[in-house]
Amino acid sequence: MTPSETKRLVAEILAGIAPEADISTVSGDADLREALDLDSIDFLNLVTGLHERTGRPIPEADYPRLFTLDGIGAYFGEAAG
Amino acid sequence: MTVFRMPSLGADMESGTLVEWLVRPGDRVKRGDVVAVVETAKGAIEIEIFQDGVVRALIAEPGAVVPVGAPLAEIAAEGVAAEVAPAPPIPQPAVTPPTAPAGPPAAPLPQRPAAPAPTAPQAGRVRVTPAARRRAAALGIPLERLPGTGVDGAICLADLPSSAPPKRAPAGFDPAAMRAAIAAAMSRSKREIPHYYLSETVDVSAALDRLTRINAERDPPARLLPAVVLLRAAALAIAATPEVNGWWEDGRFRAADGVHVGWAVALRGGGLIAPAIRDADRLALDPLMAALRDVVQRARSFALRGSELTSASITITSLGERGAESVLPVIHPPQVAMLGIGRVVTRPWVVDGTVQPRRVVTLTLAGDHRATDGHVGGLLLTRLAALLADAERL
Repeated sequence: MTPSETKRLVAEILAGIAPEADISTVSGDADLREALDLDSIDFLNLVTGLHERTGRPIPEADYPRLFTLDGIGAYFGEAAG
Repeated sequence: MTVFRMPSLGADMESGTLVEWLVRPGDRVKRGDVVAVVETAKGAIEIEIFQDGVVRALIAEPGAVVPVGAPLAEIAAEGVAAEVAPAPPIPQPAVTPPTAPAGPPAAPLPQRPAAPAPTAPQAGRVRVTPAARRRAAALGIPLERLPGTGVDGAICLADLPSSAPPKRAPAGFDPAAMRAAIAAAMSRSKREIPHYYLSETVDVSAALDRLTRINAERDPPARLLPAVVLLRAAALAIAATPEVNGWWEDGRFRAADGVHVGWAVALRGGGLIAPAIRDADRLALDPLMAALRDVVQRARSFALRGSELTSASITITSLGERGAESVLPVIHPPQVAMLGIGRVVTRPWVVDGTVQPRRVVTLTLAGDHRATDGHVGGLLLTRLAALLADAERL
């Protein structure tokens, strides 16, 4: 998953969770929860969205790898490769 | 005949703007029906009626700013309806009752006493509440095909899927007004309520381990959050400590009829709202998680009902994983207590005589010293700690 694909996927999911969030200003290594003021319900909804769009189970232990856009790209890039 | 008055949707509210009537003279209403939409500092709120009867007259006009307690409409009690109905009873044609409600079966609807001919809407017009209309538009759902369960078959929020993408604040929502509302309520709290504060740090490792085991078996949509386990334990502890669950009114404590937990929700862009989760102590973990999701989402999309803003009997604020370690809450009047749940942190903890890293959370209670003494508040925290230590029972 390229960085722009990652950003688009996350932006689509967040549009339904936090419409005010402007992901275009978030750098790849920033913690999304901090940058976009996501609480634990928001983050669970983000994980749910990623799960539904990719089919991956995403165990809770993997959550920390999804805190940044770079991390999300790497996490799902591995699956493709 | 009784007068339906502008309800107080919070200690801070002095008046509301009537946006729209959802009933007409002659309409039969039952307790819990949404009858009007009122614009407040907390956004557009659907207002329910709290008695059965027939709408006799609408007193307030849409657009009017109505003080709390001022008359909105006249309601005739059941039984005298026929005498006061403004239009002669017209036998209903063989129309099936307004689309079979999909919700809980209502008491068999007596025939409407008066078809309000002069004001009757055009045939085929769909009656729908504004909040429902917004959500339907957001979801792209055609209203014509929906069964309505509101007054007269009006489509209300409950008739629509809740998975709508949250909407931005409606145009009428004013963050400055919400700030002013919070300022008024909190100033009143600090002016009138002699707070006492207690705190207790509790080892929640067992409860969180149990949650991890439950979630390991589940896909993300069905997973539970730590907040739900803490809320469940808190609701049970509150049920066992009725002295803190209720309201201070007219110089005395009035106990609530159930554990209606106001859950403080921070709004993005500023502001705070604490809608009630009714009878939270009777909900097991999964339904409680569903209720929490529902209420948080609707709070953020400004789709709460009036009763959800007024019926909370105690408020809980949970700071979450990015919050502070503990909080000294400010009680929301006229409630008499507020429970704070801090961030879960890992700390050295003495367990069976050895120091171990454990996950702990600091629970705090602000109590109204007029209603209770610290001893009672301490009992609540002790009960809560015991419930969290015995996590398998939650």
